[in-house]
Amino acid sequence: MSILRFLLARMAKMVAVIATIVVVNFLLIHAAPGDPASVLAGQSGAADARFVEQLRHQFGLDQPLSTQLWLYVSSVATGDLGISHLQQRPVLDLILERLSATLILTLSAFAFSIAAGMALGVAAAQRAGSWIDSALTVLALGFYCTPIFWVGLMLVLVFSVSLDWLPSFGMMTIGAPLHGLARVQDIAAHLVLPALTLGLFYMAVYARMTRASMLDSLGQDYVRTARAKGVPEGRILRRHILRNALLPIVTLAGVQAGQLIGGSVLVETVFAWPGIGRLAFDALLARDYQVLLGVFLTTSIMVILFNLATDLLYLLIDPRMRPA
Amino acid sequence: MSFLHAFTRNRGAVLGLIILALVALMAATASVVFPFSPWDMQGAPFAHPGEEGFLLGSDSLGRDVAAGIAHGAYVSLLIGAVSTLVGLAIGVSLGAIAGYAGGLMDDAIMRVTEIFQTVPSFILAVVLVAIFRPSLASIVAAIAIVSWPPVTRVVRAEFLTLRNREFVQAAEVLGRSRFAIIVHEILPNALSPIIVLASLMVASAVLLESALSFLGLGDPNLMSWGFMIGSGRSVIRLAWWMSVFPGLAIFLTVLALNLVGDGLADALNPRLSRRR
Repeated sequence: MSILRFLLARMAKMVAVIATIVVVNFLLIHAAPGDPASVLAGQSGAADARFVEQLRHQFGLDQPLSTQLWLYVSSVATGDLGISHLQQRPVLDLILERLSATLILTLSAFAFSIAAGMALGVAAAQRAGSWIDSALTVLALGFYCTPIFWVGLMLVLVFSVSLDWLPSFGMMTIGAPLHGLARVQDIAAHLVLPALTLGLFYMAVYARMTRASMLDSLGQDYVRTARAKGVPEGRILRRHILRNALLPIVTLAGVQAGQLIGGSVLVETVFAWPGIGRLAFDALLARDYQVLLGVFLTTSIMVILFNLATDLLYLLIDPRMRPA
Repeated sequence: MSFLHAFTRNRGAVLGLIILALVALMAATASVVFPFSPWDMQGAPFAHPGEEGFLLGSDSLGRDVAAGIAHGAYVSLLIGAVSTLVGLAIGVSLGAIAGYAGGLMDDAIMRVTEIFQTVPSFILAVVLVAIFRPSLASIVAAIAIVSWPPVTRVVRAEFLTLRNREFVQAAEVLGRSRFAIIVHEILPNALSPIIVLASLMVASAVLLESALSFLGLGDPNLMSWGFMIGSGRSVIRLAWWMSVFPGLAIFLTVLALNLVGDGLADALNPRLSRRR
């Protein structure tokens, strides 16, 4: 019951945030230099008069601002994010088409950073002060100071150009219609470099956090108690130490969801990964603002959902967090 | 004195300061060392580093990569510094008001801050710069708009603890105005975390600017490191130097700013240093 209330409160907050973003989008269209209709139609100059006229009508641009806001909000609420002038298709369709590619990329980068980060963190904590330990510190600072798109290009340079091990472009081999397992393998090979690029920085961050909280819990009474009871080391590590180390990692993951999705725009641009980030980049080049605003709204919703997921995960991992 | 001593004892911070001074020197002398526009063709395209008088090679249009890096230093530092100042102005004012006034005002400001922290900030910056057209002003504004929330949080927290101290109560009893109390009594005492945060903000502003110009959202009249990497992206098989060197410049600058930030944190508040 109380978990239900907690969820309802979170939902109300989510709706408020999403509503704010929709209003901000509306204000941006009107704050942009020039006529809103031509902003929506794109500044390419080739926007034909009938399309602009249609937009003017659709958004009621001849009516008072408050009516326009209402029209805009209600059309977004029904899933109408406008029409891409570049592709002459609804923005929502374009985004939905590309969503799975972005989810594959961000989620695998996330899974990689958690798995590799925790493994490295455990290794570093067990040999505190060793070379793994200091290498991790340098690595984390290094990735923190490096633009993510440059990391991607350097990986391409090493693993695609020099070694020719992995593809550097797109999501699957063009002109080779593969099926079944071969197709999955093909996509996986294309996924390695983008997911590494996106995940390496977070891997270093999670490794440092795991290390810190492991060293912290090694001295705790419950670990000593478990040892005294004769619990095997592996089980102590998994059940007593890592489970506690997981909490700050989940918290941080929730906070960094926005950065992860923002980073995917850059990574998708570098690797021509056909997700919504690449869609945003193409929209930028064509001044296709409706698509851009649609991507902004969609990615914000993704972050909010991810935050909700981390909240729920928190409840799952730590019984103390469950609302009484 | 003790501040200088504490700062110089941190070797990383001193190294950071030296790198930063070199980057600033490069920015200041760019038009003397390379007395031509970085956009102008200077020789054959795709010259390897060291060939044809190009120290770091030339790009696909025969432009000098070294000249681009030198001129780009100015843009990076300028945008980093100015957008940080604007972000600080927004963040400090909001945080001070929220922390000092409390109540409904605090609630309202924190709600807005939360929304800004939820939204993917890079994508918001992209949207802002794209809609208001890429220019120095729109880039600075966009970076400032996405970077103020942490400042507000830090300043608010400082104000919450300081506002009930005796010296603030004394000033209130003496009838000083709210503005005077905020600016002259509380703010000077909340300065050290703000200074540390500012140095890290410059670092992330430099990164953010490079990412924006990488996507083609740089000021079209100014050469910038991110733009250079972006134009080297499609020809990386042909000319690795076009993307490698500007990236190294960004890395060194951001690293230096972070090292300085660490040093400042250590020196200003030895008990709360981030590392070591």
